Amino acid sequence: MPWTRDEMAARAARELRDGFYVNLGIGIPTLVGGHIPPGVDVTLQSENGILGLGPFPTEAQVDPDIINAGKQTITELDRTSYVSSADSFGMIRGGHINLSVLGAMEVSEKGDLANWMVPGRMVKGPGGAMDLVAGVKRIIVLMDHVAKDGSSKFRRACTLPLTGMNVVDMIITDLAVFERRSRQMPFALMETAPGISADRIRDSTEAFYIGKGPV
Amino acid sequence: MVQKFHPDANSALTGLLFDGMTIAAGGFGLCGIPETLIAAIRDSGVKGITVISNNAGVDEFGLGVLLKTRQIAKMIASYVGENKEFERQYLAGELQIEFNPQGTLAERLRAGGAGIAAFYTKTGVGTQIALGKEVREFNGDSYVMETGLVADLAIVKAWKGDPYGNLVYRKSARNFNPMVATCGRVTIAEVEHLAGPGELEPDHIHTPGVFVQRLIIAVQNEKRIEQRVIRKEVA
Repeated sequence: MPWTRDEMAARAARELRDGFYVNLGIGIPTLVGGHIPPGVDVTLQSENGILGLGPFPTEAQVDPDIINAGKQTITELDRTSYVSSADSFGMIRGGHINLSVLGAMEVSEKGDLANWMVPGRMVKGPGGAMDLVAGVKRIIVLMDHVAKDGSSKFRRACTLPLTGMNVVDMIITDLAVFERRSRQMPFALMETAPGISADRIRDSTEAFYIGKGPV
Repeated sequence: MVQKFHPDANSALTGLLFDGMTIAAGGFGLCGIPETLIAAIRDSGVKGITVISNNAGVDEFGLGVLLKTRQIAKMIASYVGENKEFERQYLAGELQIEFNPQGTLAERLRAGGAGIAAFYTKTGVGTQIALGKEVREFNGDSYVMETGLVADLAIVKAWKGDPYGNLVYRKSARNFNPMVATCGRVTIAEVEHLAGPGELEPDHIHTPGVFVQRLIIAVQNEKRIEQRVIRKEVA
């Protein structure tokens, strides 16, 4: 049984440590905020300029001057500070954010990430993704294991324009978890979804990785 | 005292607009955008503008209104995914785009306003963004050179301002506004509330008046919300 989006987010949330400052990307990564383990205190950063994101507002709390990086209405907390976008990316680029969870279109076995552009088809721009992968200490990717056409999204090399080179530390798909201890090492298969065999992962993954089990 | 306060947007824009000019605009998405000044620039009919802004608004709101009227020739932006007209004009070759990573864009505006010609950042190394740019090693890591940005005109939205041009922003509507305010040869601020001299706490001023040449009271404060997400109350 493949993991659901919520289960993938919950798995990513297990990587959070007490005291972490964390940036969550748009889409499935946003769900991670709903699975923060009890007893773990994290501060969520939104790159437009909020440190200390609260939950979504009630109808009465909606304030158009408080939005997150996905342009969604959001609330503040007693710890919140607002900063300019330059200061916010100073936190990111300067290595002050402990962890970021992002979506991806492709990841290569060398940890390259492609998640911003499909030439000739999708013209949206990189937003803050390039800054995040260049500056945040640890990058976790949440993505489907295979694309809609069945092709592997964890590949020998990315075919799409890169967001960053050698920037991914952990990959959580709907079928498996891959991790590497350093950016000089290959990824290792760490976990598989319930009922998903290591052989099935091998068959549906183009990238080279080392065998199942803790590195 | 030099009169920075103008009675309306047209008055504040007098003598500043010309075809082919560069305009930097504050705001992130539709949050903290200078709605009043954008409308006046639309009505002025100025053409061939290069706009520097993180986003391009949506089809009917924000900078999207200047796209609709074909007044923008080029955008320097980080993300334009919410604007279908933008995508259409770009794919039809009617509009130029220069994508910048969001943090690089913010820093280029800050640098331009602070007299810094260029800086080096890890962001974009090994990607299309670095093509044609100098890449240099510092302490064993590669960095790409990015240049500072200066605009003919900068337009920002603030919550409060005073007659000296001091500005205070509100919550996440601050976003790009402080850097944009510094990068204009002329900067116009539209404020929701005009405070009297001395009414703003000096310790709380985000943008000091030296960066702001002209000031108006914002008369359009729709503050349209792009993604209204409401928490479900658990009983």
